[in-house]
Amino acid sequence: MQERERERELVEALAEMREEEAVALARAMLEGGVDPLRVLELCREGMEIVGKRFEKGEYFLPELILGGEMLEAIGALAKPLIVQAPGGPAKTHGRVLIGTVQGDLHDIGKNIVTFMLDINGFEVKDLGIDVPAATFVDAIRDFQPAVIGLSGFLTLAFDAMRDTVGAIESAGLRDGRKIMIGGGQVDEAVRTHTRADAFGGNAMAAVALCREWIGV
Amino acid sequence: MAETGTAPSVLYEERSQRLLDQVALKETDRTPFVFATRFWAAKYAGITFEEQMYDAEKSAAALEKVLVLLEPDGYVPSLYIFGPTLSALDYRLMQWPGHGTDRNATFQYLDREYMPAKDYDEYLFDPTGYCFRKYLPRVAGAFEGLAGMPDFPSLSEWRFVGAMRAFGRPELRESLRRLLEIGERAEEAAQKSVAFVKRMAALGFPSAGGGFCKAPYDHVSDFLRGSKGCMLDLFRNKDKLLEAIDKVGELLLRGVVEETRAGGTPYVFIPLHWGLDGFMSPQHFQTFYWPGLRKVMLRLIEHDLIPVVLWEGDCTSRLELIGDIPRGKAVYWFEKTDLVRAKSVLGDTVCLRGNVPTSMLIAASPDEVDEYCKMLITKVGKGGGFILDGAASIPDEARTENVLAMAKSVRKYAS
Repeated sequence: MQERERERELVEALAEMREEEAVALARAMLEGGVDPLRVLELCREGMEIVGKRFEKGEYFLPELILGGEMLEAIGALAKPLIVQAPGGPAKTHGRVLIGTVQGDLHDIGKNIVTFMLDINGFEVKDLGIDVPAATFVDAIRDFQPAVIGLSGFLTLAFDAMRDTVGAIESAGLRDGRKIMIGGGQVDEAVRTHTRADAFGGNAMAAVALCREWIGV
Repeated sequence: MAETGTAPSVLYEERSQRLLDQVALKETDRTPFVFATRFWAAKYAGITFEEQMYDAEKSAAALEKVLVLLEPDGYVPSLYIFGPTLSALDYRLMQWPGHGTDRNATFQYLDREYMPAKDYDEYLFDPTGYCFRKYLPRVAGAFEGLAGMPDFPSLSEWRFVGAMRAFGRPELRESLRRLLEIGERAEEAAQKSVAFVKRMAALGFPSAGGGFCKAPYDHVSDFLRGSKGCMLDLFRNKDKLLEAIDKVGELLLRGVVEETRAGGTPYVFIPLHWGLDGFMSPQHFQTFYWPGLRKVMLRLIEHDLIPVVLWEGDCTSRLELIGDIPRGKAVYWFEKTDLVRAKSVLGDTVCLRGNVPTSMLIAASPDEVDEYCKMLITKVGKGGGFILDGAASIPDEARTENVLAMAKSVRKYAS
């Protein structure tokens, strides 16, 4: 098979959720000596299509999760073979810090936002779930994000979001940054309550906000 | 409020009938309001969430206090006095106030894989055996010894008798000893709940709670495979997942009918978790979610029970797909789905319930709540088939004056 044809098939298998075929193709390419960075670049192309279909409402949560699994499986095959410094395609669009606020253990929404920001070129640091305000503050000092995303599904997250915004302000770290909130119950009333800059109803809204704020 | 002065027995009948009539899509004298919450009553009464779960008397007093305050047409008698039972079980499927979460923070389910995909065949062949020997020991400390239960269906003649030695093993004996105590705690909680419901009935407040069931897909996701495992099964293990959904549907229905009838109210609450917009494609919904849920609903309806289905999140894209049920026999409680639109699509089929936004009950003013309720009562309540409630019950953090505004609105505005 022509190399270009094989590359096209890998991207298509990823985009069409044909997991076994995608992993087998990637394995064959790597075993055949194709540059692992090229294989990872093709994965990124495949995921870009997945992300676009998600944005258009053609794909849903399960497709994103399977996409992530395929990426992980191929990454595990490719990464040990990388000889030169893994520069990869630079994440040039700016930094976003994200996490589920203290007291809330939900992570699905946050993970989807992380995934979508990542494939849209943002450098994302994910602090996980049940994150205390102080941890956000420390991470802002270290990571210097342009945008901070606070996630939460439960109603108790409203106060935790407000407290986290307060802690960021008290630490003198709010100026020059934007704070967005998201999660099942979040709307304009919650945004006012938390004094965040904006809320997002879904992952695409989070990407749009980051693009607007960072000026991509 | 307006009904003070009428005999409790009369109020009880009026309120019960008002709800039943709305379910049957009949117009009533006014729109009914049903009260349901997790811990708002505890907050209102000034006890901790942990106390609500561990102290039956305080929990009952708190809920009684809010019923007297709000005078709802029905209420969900969820005292949540499961604390002592959960502790004794060493239950691992959730964290609850004072036990994993803060003593004033709600309980949270832990979304994990409790059954790996490779176990599908074993589960499908013998769910009861799988439950005893594999599943239960994973989900609660008190069940660990059950892993050594004899495999009863495999035993024949003298092997059967000999296999009873399993009950001599210390691990199994320890589990059984713990279960005896757990049984006592669960029975005590059940008796106290029953006594509470009777006492509230005497005060004129009918229970709008009753049985509990799940969409089969949600059961597989929440209790067996975890949400991620289940979503991957949509691609990797389609046939097994479908088979499990079919089996789980039958298993869930066993006992629900009898249990609900014994409780004296016809309502069976079915909260939905993983079928909403965005969580799966319309094709997956129509293959893996709706048929299993519909089958459960139809079976409940056949037995004169009323499924009360809480469609969490936004389900706008599902509206056209979920009307295929008998007319006037169920309640669809929508969280974020636009009820006015739902009324235009499903208003001739099913009674709607909801949906004063959670954020509004917590952060808006009573006037805004009143205005929103007026909109719902006049637009969605028109012609019957509507029950006013919070979008996902009354949130723990709701302002008292907002909940009061909601309760009063049904007596203020005509549909």
